[in-house]
Amino acid sequence: MVAITSWGRLAGGEHEIISLSDREQVSHQIQNNNLGIAYGMGRSYGDVCLNPEGVLWKTRGLDHFINFNPTTGRLICEAGVLLRDIQQLFIPNGWILPVTPGTQLVTVGGAVANDVHGKNHHALGSFGDHVRSIKLARTDGTFIECGPALLPDWFAATIGGFGLTGVIVQVEIQLRRVLGPWLDTETIAYANLEEFFCLADASEAGWEHTVSWIDCMSNSGRGLFMRANPTGISDRQEPEHRKLTVPFVPPVSLVNKLSLKAFNSAYFNLKKRRAGREVCHYQSFFYPLDNLLEWNRMYGPHGFFQYQCVVPRGVGHDATHEMLSAISRSGDGSFLAVLKTFGNRHPVGMMSFPQPGVTLALDFPNKGDRTSKLFERLDAIVREAGGRVYLAKDARMSRDLFEAGYPRLAEFLQYRDTGISSALSRRLIGS
Amino acid sequence: MASNRKRIVIIGATSAIAEHCARIWVKDDLVDLTLVGRDLDKTERVAADLRVRSPKSVIRALTTNFIDPQAIQQLVDGIVINGAFDIVLIAHGSLPDQDACQQNLSLCNDVLTVNAISPVLYAEAFAGYMQKTNHGTLAIIGSVAGDRGRKSNYVYGAAKGLLTRYTQGLQHRLAHTNVKVTLVKPGPTNTPMTAHLQQNESKFANVEDVASSIVSGVAKGVSVVYAPAKWALIMMIIRHLPEFIFKKMDI
Repeated sequence: MVAITSWGRLAGGEHEIISLSDREQVSHQIQNNNLGIAYGMGRSYGDVCLNPEGVLWKTRGLDHFINFNPTTGRLICEAGVLLRDIQQLFIPNGWILPVTPGTQLVTVGGAVANDVHGKNHHALGSFGDHVRSIKLARTDGTFIECGPALLPDWFAATIGGFGLTGVIVQVEIQLRRVLGPWLDTETIAYANLEEFFCLADASEAGWEHTVSWIDCMSNSGRGLFMRANPTGISDRQEPEHRKLTVPFVPPVSLVNKLSLKAFNSAYFNLKKRRAGREVCHYQSFFYPLDNLLEWNRMYGPHGFFQYQCVVPRGVGHDATHEMLSAISRSGDGSFLAVLKTFGNRHPVGMMSFPQPGVTLALDFPNKGDRTSKLFERLDAIVREAGGRVYLAKDARMSRDLFEAGYPRLAEFLQYRDTGISSALSRRLIGS
Repeated sequence: MASNRKRIVIIGATSAIAEHCARIWVKDDLVDLTLVGRDLDKTERVAADLRVRSPKSVIRALTTNFIDPQAIQQLVDGIVINGAFDIVLIAHGSLPDQDACQQNLSLCNDVLTVNAISPVLYAEAFAGYMQKTNHGTLAIIGSVAGDRGRKSNYVYGAAKGLLTRYTQGLQHRLAHTNVKVTLVKPGPTNTPMTAHLQQNESKFANVEDVASSIVSGVAKGVSVVYAPAKWALIMMIIRHLPEFIFKKMDI
């Protein structure tokens, strides 16, 4: 048994590890086990990838490309391939993942199971919108192949199905043409939420990527709005990506009240001064934290929570304002606070997170009860607003908030593999 | 066209370390790559992956018997007929359970054959040809386990130790030619071969890092590559520990 935690470094528990490395053997390896769950890079923040006292099927060994068609841009690969490997190989050849989350150090299987989204949700939807087929190994020894036209119900259950419909072995993805690794970006400081929403609306048509960092230590709701489009510039040197590692877990969280106020203020003012147009490499634009290895250690020995919710646009302004006030009253705060509007589109997956509206993502060092109390206040706002909390980040939401936020749960459960269970499924579904 | 592709042969191409070396080679250059494995499906899977990574390289998969000297000779004759090559990597091996080797002589026999005799036969078959063409680097994957016999894995260690002595001799023989011989000694690496031992993964080296040390060691043609490099120091200490201390250690 091995102690494993997810990216939040909260209590993880002991696991039995089974490494999957041969896609033909997967169905044998996952049969006759205790209940297990697929585990890729462990980059989800809460307990979606954990199964204490049970089995983790590690998928990193399933890392082969299978086929790529350079005419159509269709890539077939095993589920343990990293998004990083796809980007590194294909961007120089004119193809890119249409949708990518804020780290490329995740597996394709994890990206499907959590139906991850990125800064271009309003333009291109979530990861699942670009998946053409999935091969699932079930714990009864069978395989299921599904896609938008082939067993579409299985497909809809598996996209964003947090690993519960089977072990994703193989995925076919439609890549997208790209001119090169560069993006034409613009950073604009905003003073309050009204300005944020104006910028978001004004950018939706002309900009593929939009995102904002919000200073949740300020009462006004100021922040920095970033938008970008791909560009065909080719006369620039690829930057050297220097990697730094947070070398150890500090005894207390480095992200605390003292450091945050100063840091957020300095960050806002520095970036505000340097606002404007800039050509940016895709790695620094999409994956700003990937070169700071093990950054999750900064939050100290007790780990941290991410809280990401989406609320409908009609109440988006008020709900966001209320959440920011609740955070400010609590005296805690967040550095990696992200505010973004989602596009007016519905996801492929029954249990996918994105829905039309505005999403707020925040990180908080784990301070036990005090943090829980803050989350209960945020939950109440989300529930009232008719929103939902993102499972890939969650370690603590209540069952009724989950059921209220994910109305297709009953339908989804018909496709569940009963040999699969995670800490999250036991917490939120009861098994 | 074929002439400007780097010609590489990998024996034991489905080994995770070998496969990651191949990924680096196809990333850096156009190659003409011959992959040799035991199982055709698995070897083809590695080949298909490399073809996606480098569509303009020539990549072929072959299978053979790894124990039969005649089959080895035939296979190597078939490969060398296409002309001189730049790199031969002999990478196959299996990591047994030491206790099982002590209980079961046929397993012990298999382990010695697969990890010692078979790689030597391959190396010997290629070395003669490489000496004739006076070109290329022959790399063999040994192990830090071959540096000093330890109770936890001395059967495997003995086989890998044989490769150390063999490589020394071959390096001596080819010292006055342009052929380089490199012995690679990986430390514990996170691969499917070690999956059953991996309980504390953080002590195992990342296979991508190990492969990258091997590729750069082979490019330089150095005689011994410890991968990762820290194992050179660790094993120097372990080799020199006096027996009365060594015998008290549970390693």
